[in-house]
Amino acid sequence: MKRLSSLAELEKLRKKIVSKQKREKITIVTSVGTCGLARGAGEVADAIVKELKRNNLQNEVSLRTTGCHGFCEIEPIVVIYPEGILYQKVQAEDVKEIIFETVLKKKILEKFLYTDPLTGEKIAYEKEIPFYKKQYRLLLNNNHLIDPYKIEDYIALGGYSALGKALFKMKPEEIIDWVKRSGLRGRGGGGFPTGRKWESTRRAEGSLKYIICNGDEGDPGAFMDRSIMEGEPHSVLEGMIIGAYAISFGRAQAQGYIYVRHEYPLAVKNLTQAITQAKEYGFLGENILGSGFSFDIKINRGGGAFVCGESSALMRSLEGKAGEPRAKYVHATDKGLWDQPTNLNNVETWACVPEIINRGPEWFASIGTEGSKGTKVFSLVGKVNNTGLVEVPMGTKLREIVFDIGGGIRGGKKFKAIQTGGPSGGVIPEQLIDLPVDFDALTEVGSMMGSGGLIVMDENDCMVDVAQYFVKFLEEESCGKCVPCREGLRRMREIFERITSAKGTEQDLVLLEELGEAMKLGSLCGLGQTAPNPVLSTLKYFREEYEAHIREKKCPAGVCIELISYSIDPKKCTGCMLCAKNCPTGAAQGEKKKPHKIDKKLCIKCGICYDVCKFDAVKRG
Amino acid sequence: MSEIKIKIDGREVTAKKGEYVLEVARREGFEIPTLCHNEQVSQEGRCRLCVVEVRWKEGGHSRVVTSCLYPVDEGLIVETGSEKVMLVRRMVLELLLARNPEAEKVKELAQEYGITQSRFGADTEFGKCILCGLCVRACREVVGVEALGFYMRGVLKKVGPAFAEPSSVCIGCGACAFVCPTGHIILEEKGAVRKIWGRSFEMEKCAKCGRYFAPKYQLEWISSKTGVPYQQLAICTDCK
Repeated sequence: MKRLSSLAELEKLRKKIVSKQKREKITIVTSVGTCGLARGAGEVADAIVKELKRNNLQNEVSLRTTGCHGFCEIEPIVVIYPEGILYQKVQAEDVKEIIFETVLKKKILEKFLYTDPLTGEKIAYEKEIPFYKKQYRLLLNNNHLIDPYKIEDYIALGGYSALGKALFKMKPEEIIDWVKRSGLRGRGGGGFPTGRKWESTRRAEGSLKYIICNGDEGDPGAFMDRSIMEGEPHSVLEGMIIGAYAISFGRAQAQGYIYVRHEYPLAVKNLTQAITQAKEYGFLGENILGSGFSFDIKINRGGGAFVCGESSALMRSLEGKAGEPRAKYVHATDKGLWDQPTNLNNVETWACVPEIINRGPEWFASIGTEGSKGTKVFSLVGKVNNTGLVEVPMGTKLREIVFDIGGGIRGGKKFKAIQTGGPSGGVIPEQLIDLPVDFDALTEVGSMMGSGGLIVMDENDCMVDVAQYFVKFLEEESCGKCVPCREGLRRMREIFERITSAKGTEQDLVLLEELGEAMKLGSLCGLGQTAPNPVLSTLKYFREEYEAHIREKKCPAGVCIELISYSIDPKKCTGCMLCAKNCPTGAAQGEKKKPHKIDKKLCIKCGICYDVCKFDAVKRG
Repeated sequence: MSEIKIKIDGREVTAKKGEYVLEVARREGFEIPTLCHNEQVSQEGRCRLCVVEVRWKEGGHSRVVTSCLYPVDEGLIVETGSEKVMLVRRMVLELLLARNPEAEKVKELAQEYGITQSRFGADTEFGKCILCGLCVRACREVVGVEALGFYMRGVLKKVGPAFAEPSSVCIGCGACAFVCPTGHIILEEKGAVRKIWGRSFEMEKCAKCGRYFAPKYQLEWISSKTGVPYQQLAICTDCK
């Protein structure tokens, strides 16, 4: 493959790829991101290849394996274009029928269609599905159109045109000005204005500048960065190359790093392939597109420490040292990796850059709210019907995300709270469901944007238990460098263990609050400073639940195992023996057709009797 | 370095660019407690005791920062004993008092801040080690050996030689024990043998007064680094 050495050559190549693509009439798309693969998408893709060959359809129908489309709930999916017919939860054995009926005879197969959980209606076309229809996709828009292993797919959609524009039609300062005017703020959690960071790094003294992409996405239940790295890796590379040019050209050399967690093997694979292809075409390496600008990117894999997602710890880790954060009073833009000026942005932030360069800062700034511009990708998980990736303009109300896009709460249960921003975000109660989601509004209510995790909770979730879970998670992930975080989290966990085992006192709540405040003020890095958020926010909005655990020794949601007990209502029990048959310890006992009993000495409180009883006779209290 | 003016607890003081709040404040007589600070090594901000509240404008937005790492600049306003500062310091001391109930230095400081008993349960497994890392830095930066480091992570974090085994690179100089603020590191000396971190070192006698004064290995190491003949080094500091 010949390296492109001018903008004209890039445009010529693009035209060639597009004209070739037009000849292919029918395209079957299946998403083989990590989530899809886990549910059998790989086998589905293999079956499609085999079936097309068997029917001698290779020339008329093409298969495109893409990254994640974001609707995890219905994976594996198969979409048939040009119509855009979407089939959900497809398995390899279904492929034969789909090719025969839908691809060949254009007949839509009802049984594979998605059913809207709110209306019960079956929906045939991808674009009609409310989960997709109500999103505003800038970053995820191309995921279904791109085979991440084919740089040509990306180029066909205008890929690397922003880089061409930046290198040949814009000055570095002008690019920085555009990014500043776009209002883009860091998507990794901090929300720092990206353009200002770039400007500081450009101005910093130093002959070598490091450009880092933080792909160490570690929040439980967050996977937006993974999906971008897996599905459209070139958008991240293009953003980084533009950033490197804006930050270093004419002032210093630049070197790029992508730090990806080791648990994301597919992201590493796809990025590695993308870097190789970008080098072959001349988008990376020496004299990029003949512009005189040189830049290269290396991939580094993280060893699995959550704290290495914190920028200064990430840089220590890149240097080969233990991932301990440092104070940031001297910014990384002046002294970062190996003490050189360093610009670190998150995956999603980098992926926004080509769009801003292509469509202009005013366009980007027209999306979102006063202080938060553009769109944000959230990973919506928990007790919601439609789990998956949701991209919406900043300022979209939580209600719209949970109910309109998320399809409401699973099993018709009642919405209780939503946790935003990962393990150190806050828990937002139902009364604030109309909150617009942006950086500032979330901080105001004691939570944060974080990297964009949204965990939906229903009436069966205990808020004390939820806070305890996050405290335990963070205790395990604290690096242990500073006292408030290391010792504070351990002590918080001890207090939670007391409260959830009927040993808590009112004083424990006072201590939790005092400790939480001290950790927020006194911890060294973002991990410790935000770690008390789940505790303080649940104490603020759900204090009565804590009090019930302490005063009445009861867990109202029926979660905390030491505070609940099971009994059988003799009036409702029909003696069907289902509980006795399923009880793993023999605690549920009784004779046929006579009311049963639970032997509390044998009961391990697993709740199986409660779940299997068809007569609502088992009581939890 | 250019002179600048900053304000500490309402008093205007002169400082130089490149200095840190802690050194300026101490020079001017303000009291700020520390456990992980030592002028001979780099600062890391582990103990969080030296926190102060800073702002750039009277009544403006404030931040609680570690004074050992916060660089001074023109117009900086510092409070060394604000409510927020005291909340952090007291909590840090209460946490350390529970972690290291035997550490005299921690007890003393806690008492100064009105804490005689911690609300957290007393630990027994950490000895007097507060994980300040001074030993690690002294070994690496002053001695130049790197026999010590942190291992494990988070609440399990510990300090010691690699793999918690007697170190092959340790020269037995005892700098770690000297800088340890709580006396956690034990250096045992009995006649011709010094024991530290599980390793025994044979001691050298002073050529003049005849007392055991330094490990032979340490003198060999210094000789190899500096080129000074061993015999010249085998004289104790009193007799030199």
